[in-house]
Amino acid sequence: MCLFFYFRDRKEWADLEPVPQDDGPNPVVKIAYSEKFTDVFDMFRALLKNDEKSERAFALTAEAIDLNAANYTVWHYRRVLLQALDKDLREEMKYITAIIEDQPKNYQVWNHRRMVVEWLNDPSEELQFVAEILSQDAKNYHAWQHRQWVIQEYKLWNGELEYVEELLEEDVRNNSAWNQRHFVISHTSGYSDPAILDREVQYTLKQIKKAPHNESAWNYLKGILHDGGLSSYPGLLEQVTELQDTCSSPYLTAFLVDLYEDALETNNSSYDQQETLKKALELCKLLAEEKDTIRREYWNYVSRSLQNTYGSGDPNVRTENARKPLFQT
Amino acid sequence: MEEASPPLRCFRESHSSELFSDDGVQTVTSKEQQHYHYLKKGLRHLSDAYECLDASRPWLCYWILHSLELLEEPVPAAVASDVCQFLARCQSPTGGFGGGPGQHAHLAPTYAAVNALCILGTEEAYKVINREKLLDFLYSVKQPDGSFVMHVGGEVDVRSAYCAASVASLTNIITPTLFDGTHNWILSCQNWEGGLGGVPGLEAHGGYTFCGTAALVILGKEHMLDLKALLRWVTSKQMRFEGGFQGRCNKLVDGCYSFWQAGLLPLLHRALFKEGDSTLSESSWMFEREALQEYILLCCQNPGGGLLDKPGKSRDFYHTCYCLSGLSVAQHFGNKDLHNELILGRDENRLAPTHPVYNICPEKVAQAIEHFHQLPVPVQTGPTPSAMDQS
Repeated sequence: MCLFFYFRDRKEWADLEPVPQDDGPNPVVKIAYSEKFTDVFDMFRALLKNDEKSERAFALTAEAIDLNAANYTVWHYRRVLLQALDKDLREEMKYITAIIEDQPKNYQVWNHRRMVVEWLNDPSEELQFVAEILSQDAKNYHAWQHRQWVIQEYKLWNGELEYVEELLEEDVRNNSAWNQRHFVISHTSGYSDPAILDREVQYTLKQIKKAPHNESAWNYLKGILHDGGLSSYPGLLEQVTELQDTCSSPYLTAFLVDLYEDALETNNSSYDQQETLKKALELCKLLAEEKDTIRREYWNYVSRSLQNTYGSGDPNVRTENARKPLFQT
Repeated sequence: MEEASPPLRCFRESHSSELFSDDGVQTVTSKEQQHYHYLKKGLRHLSDAYECLDASRPWLCYWILHSLELLEEPVPAAVASDVCQFLARCQSPTGGFGGGPGQHAHLAPTYAAVNALCILGTEEAYKVINREKLLDFLYSVKQPDGSFVMHVGGEVDVRSAYCAASVASLTNIITPTLFDGTHNWILSCQNWEGGLGGVPGLEAHGGYTFCGTAALVILGKEHMLDLKALLRWVTSKQMRFEGGFQGRCNKLVDGCYSFWQAGLLPLLHRALFKEGDSTLSESSWMFEREALQEYILLCCQNPGGGLLDKPGKSRDFYHTCYCLSGLSVAQHFGNKDLHNELILGRDENRLAPTHPVYNICPEKVAQAIEHFHQLPVPVQTGPTPSAMDQS
C-alpha cells in the first residue's frame, strides 16, 4: 500500500467539493472501494457535475483510468477534454500505447486508440503496434479487431498475407491467423480465381500433413471450398483419402462426410449416388460410435438427415425420430 | 557412492492402500449451500477486488440474481426492493442504464438491468424502466448500417444488437424502424468457420455467436443464417477430453462457454424445427449433455462457493452465472410441454430451467412480456440516428 496524496487534500482542488456516489440508503452489490478509489471518483463526479474542461480534469481522468480502465464514462470525458483543450494527440498515442500494453484485454482502451488514430488520420504505427501486442498474445481478439479495422479503413493490405504466414509458421494452430488469412484473401484477390484457390488448397494440405489433428487447417480447407463444392474440386477426394493412412483424424473423416454430402446435394454425376450415401452414413456411424463420440448426437442427426433427404424413398418407412412436433410454433 | 536419502512416505509399498475407498458409491455434489452463501453475500457486499467492475454493477445484480433463480433460492422482498432502487439510480436521465449511479448509459448494463428487473418481476421492478427514454437511448446508439454502438462514442460489435433486441422485446418498445438493417448486419458476422465474429471479418467466437444468433431469433430472422454451418461449428466446440466448451477453435475450455456455446443448441434446435426439419432428436440437444455436466460439476466448482473458468482459476460471479446457466441447459431438454431431464449426480443438482434467448427463467420472460405488452409501444422522441454525433 503506497502513500497517496488525496485530491480532497490538495490545495489546487480545494475549490471543488467532492461528490460521493449515490448508492442510496440500502446499497446492493456495494464495492468496498479503497480510500484512493473513492477520493478520485468523488472528484471525478464533481468535475462531471460542473462539466469542467481543464488541465486538472484531464490529469484526473488518467488517475481514474488507472483505477478502473473499464469506466467508459471517464474515457468519454477524456475524449471531450482532448478536443476542448486541443491536446497533443501524439502524446495521447504514447499514453494509450502504454495503457494497452498493460491491459490489452479491455474494450475501452482499444476504442480510444481507434478514435485517436481517426482524429490524427494516421495509421502508420498501427500494424507494428498490433504486431507487438500479438507477439505477447497471438489470439487477442481486440488486437485482431483493431488490426482488421486499420487495414480495411486505410487500405493497408500489402504485406498482411506475409504476416499471416509468419504467424502460422510460429503456430500452425493459431485459428486467429487462419481467420486473418481468409480475411486478407477474400478482400483482395478473392477465392474465385482457380490459381488462388489451388494455391490455398495446396498450402492447407501441406499444413495438414505437418499436423493432421489441427482442426483450424481442416476448417479452412472446408471453408474455402464450401461455395465451389467439395466434391467437384479435381483430385481432392483422392488427395484426402491418400492421407488416411498417415494423417487419419476425426477431422479427415468429417471432411469426407462433407465431401460426400456435397456430391449428393449437387447430384454430382462422377459419383454413384447410392454408394456415396452409403459411405457417408458409414462414416457418420464411425464418428458417432468410435472416432468422435462427444458429437454422437450431432453425427446421428447428420445420418438421419442424409437418409431422409437422399435415402431411397419408401415413404412409408418413417425414421424413428420423425414423429410428434416438439415445439409449438 | 552417496548415502541413500530416507525413503519418501508416499513411495512406501503400503501407501497405495491408504487410497480412499469409495465403496462403489458415487458422490457428485453441487455444493448448493456454498454457492448460495457466496451469492447472498455478493448481492450486498463485494471486496475491493471488484473495483474493476465498478462500471458493471447492474451485471453483478443480474449474474447474482440469475444464479439464485437457477438454484431456486428466493430473494427476500426487501432485497428485491433495494435492487430496484439501486438500478433506478443507474438509469440515465437520457434513457438506458449505466454501470453505476451517474454513469453514462451503455447497452451492456442496460441488458443486465432489464434482465435483473424481470427476474425480480414485481410491479416495482417493471416500473423502474423508463420505456420512452429507453427507446430514445436505443435510437441514439443505432448506426446507419443496422448495427449499434455499445454507448455514445463507443465501439460496435454484435453484443450491442443482442442487448438492444433483448431489452426492446421484453419491454415492448420495438418500433417499425428500430431494427432496420440489423439482421443483415448480424448475418454478415457469420464467417467461413460457420460461427459468428464480433464484427464482420473476425474469428468465430462463442460469446458473439450466441449474441448474434439470439438477436436473430428475437428478430425472427434466424432462418437466414447458414444453420447447418453454424451447427457444425458449435458442436465442434465441445472438447472431447474435458467435456466443456471452448470459445474458439484451438483455444482452451472455459466454464462460461457452457452457456454461450451449449446455449446455442436449443436455439438451433428450434430454428431447424421451424424450418420443417423432421429428423431432429426428440430427446436431446445436439451436444453431449452428461460430459458438460461432468465438466461443470467436477472441474468448475469452488468448494467455498462460486464457480469458475477451469481448475486453478478464481471464482467470480460471471462464471458462477454462466456455469450454472450451462448446467441448466444441459439438464433440461424440450419446452414446457415436452420436457426431459438428465441430472448428473444427486437430484439436488437439479437447477431451474433457463430461457435460451434471454437467459432468465422462462416464467419470468413470459411474465415480463405479458406485463409490457399491456402498454403501448412508445413513440420515438429523441433525434434520429443520423443526427447523432460520435465523440
